[in-house]
Amino acid sequence: MSSVPLNAGAPSPASAGPLATLKALRGRLPAWLPWFVGRLLSGIGVVLVISFIVFGATQALPSDPARIILGPEAPEHTVDTLRRQLGLDRPLVLQYADWAQQVLSGNLGRSIDSSVPVGELMAGRFANSLTLTLAVAAVAFPLALVLGIFMALRRDSLADRAVLSSVVLFKAVPGFVIGICLVMIFSTSVFSILPAASLLDPSLPAWRQPQYLVLPTATLALSVATYLLRLVRASMIEAMDSEYVTAARLRGVPERRIIWRHAVPNALIPAIQGVAMTFRVLFGGAVLAEVIFSYPGIGNTLNAAIEMRDLPLIQGIVLVITVGVVVINLAADLITVLLTPRLRTATRIRARSPGLRNAASLWRTGKSWRVSV
Amino acid sequence: MSAHASSLRTVLSARQVRFGLVLTLAVVGFALFGPLFAPHAHTDLVGITYGRPTAGAPLGYDYIGHDVWSRVLAGGVSVVWMSLAAAAIALAAGTALGLLAAFARRRVDQAIVWFTDVFMAFPDLILVLLIVSMLGRDHWIIVLTVAVAFAPGVVRLSRGIALGVVNQEFVEAAEMMGYPRSRILFREILPSILTPLLVHLGIMLTWAVGMLSGLAFLGYGVAPPAADWGLMINENRAGLLIQPAAVFGPVLLIALFALGTNLLAEGVGRVTSRIEERKS
Repeated sequence: MSSVPLNAGAPSPASAGPLATLKALRGRLPAWLPWFVGRLLSGIGVVLVISFIVFGATQALPSDPARIILGPEAPEHTVDTLRRQLGLDRPLVLQYADWAQQVLSGNLGRSIDSSVPVGELMAGRFANSLTLTLAVAAVAFPLALVLGIFMALRRDSLADRAVLSSVVLFKAVPGFVIGICLVMIFSTSVFSILPAASLLDPSLPAWRQPQYLVLPTATLALSVATYLLRLVRASMIEAMDSEYVTAARLRGVPERRIIWRHAVPNALIPAIQGVAMTFRVLFGGAVLAEVIFSYPGIGNTLNAAIEMRDLPLIQGIVLVITVGVVVINLAADLITVLLTPRLRTATRIRARSPGLRNAASLWRTGKSWRVSV
Repeated sequence: MSAHASSLRTVLSARQVRFGLVLTLAVVGFALFGPLFAPHAHTDLVGITYGRPTAGAPLGYDYIGHDVWSRVLAGGVSVVWMSLAAAAIALAAGTALGLLAAFARRRVDQAIVWFTDVFMAFPDLILVLLIVSMLGRDHWIIVLTVAVAFAPGVVRLSRGIALGVVNQEFVEAAEMMGYPRSRILFREILPSILTPLLVHLGIMLTWAVGMLSGLAFLGYGVAPPAADWGLMINENRAGLLIQPAAVFGPVLLIALFALGTNLLAEGVGRVTSRIEERKS
């Protein structure tokens, strides 16, 4: 035990030079590591460009932040002074470098509207949105998985067709229209059992006030679950039609075992990418849902910040959300590779996001992307 | 030619396709010709605030006393033309870039795909909000921004399909016969990837309806005295208890339009993939 670490790094006398060491090292490192490093670097590059866009969209566009802050009637020299105070008269590259340095050190600036530090302002709102997102995930994901598997096993039955055609309704109709309809049904015209506005008590965490979470959660879950449901159904149908399921049947493996041990684990791999795609839709849809229900989350805050032209707050929120999407996609790619033996052991993974195309194709056409090689 | 006609007939014979087409055309017709039948101008104050529906005003009056029926008739044009334009521009620009990527390979391909990654990190609505809030609510700016948000999806889709086609025999044959690249692109490759792209156009149309009415709902689309379905939902939301018809009218029309385009697109997609299967 104690002598092993001392010798592990040293080349054995039989091996010749650094090339052999490299080969030995490669044997020990997981085969997917080079792909992951590349993917990680590309992700960092994406984040860099996102920061250009966020910075550019808010500070470099023809609109003049100083003029916006002071309003159209302010005299020119006041605007000039503010411009100088905000550092807007300096070259853009310098402005960006300053800003990026601040952001990297965790300082997102102060809100123009309330002069509270942006990070502080966002933390509470993000906590509320996170609660909402988790509630949606807890409702939508299990629903989509269970229903998708169930429908795939009884495909083309009456139940399958009935669910498929009613699901079209929630998939096509915009999320905020679903939200308005829910308000009409459950808090105004028909029943009056749930609050139409989520006026959370700020002294309590959001999950302690579930009555305010029900309608926003239902709105988002209804519009999001349909994407995943369809993906799981298509993926499960394909798994049940596959050769390994036929082979297992011929070997006399009991049907229940085939479904739960052979088909479901394989069918759920595309669903990982599906879940990642869902989060992107969810973050966008949350803006509308939170505004409808006056839910004090990040989407509502972003809407208010845009109305007030509160640039540091807009930058902070958009940056955090987009970086979140990049990280979620990266995680989904990694999990897909780790759970797919063919990819995990491949000597070289060519696609940057090997599962994405497959999931998109399953979602769009109900069929896997056929790999030609 | 007759092959095209017969597959068109097969597509149209599917019930879902016909239903979607009728629904879409009905809402488009309502939006385009509605203004001609409006009993009042959409800015006329003709009733009391949140007045209940009466014989002369089937949908009642809105938050400042406009006739809701007249505004519903006038408020569809903006959603319809803007979503059509946004989806069409996204399709054209995205397909051009996707084909370029598939043809050019290597560096150009990598660069294009990588940039779609950047834009796909932005949730669509947030990207559009970010740009529209800075550049203003000019209709064309909104249309172009929505197109920018949708284009990366088209790039990915068209590139993916085109990569499968570029290596096929008929393209190689055309290259060997020395046809110019543009001819190969437009006469050989484009027709064989057109169907999935048209299906995607329909799906983008559904998304655009949601996005544009959502933008109007948030107050970044069509500006107030004008009529717009999304805007009307926002304006009359406070009166939901007293006068639900003022919200229900525009909600119903947005929902029907989105549903129609979606049924149409997915119906066509399903039928054409069945035709493809029969061929192979």
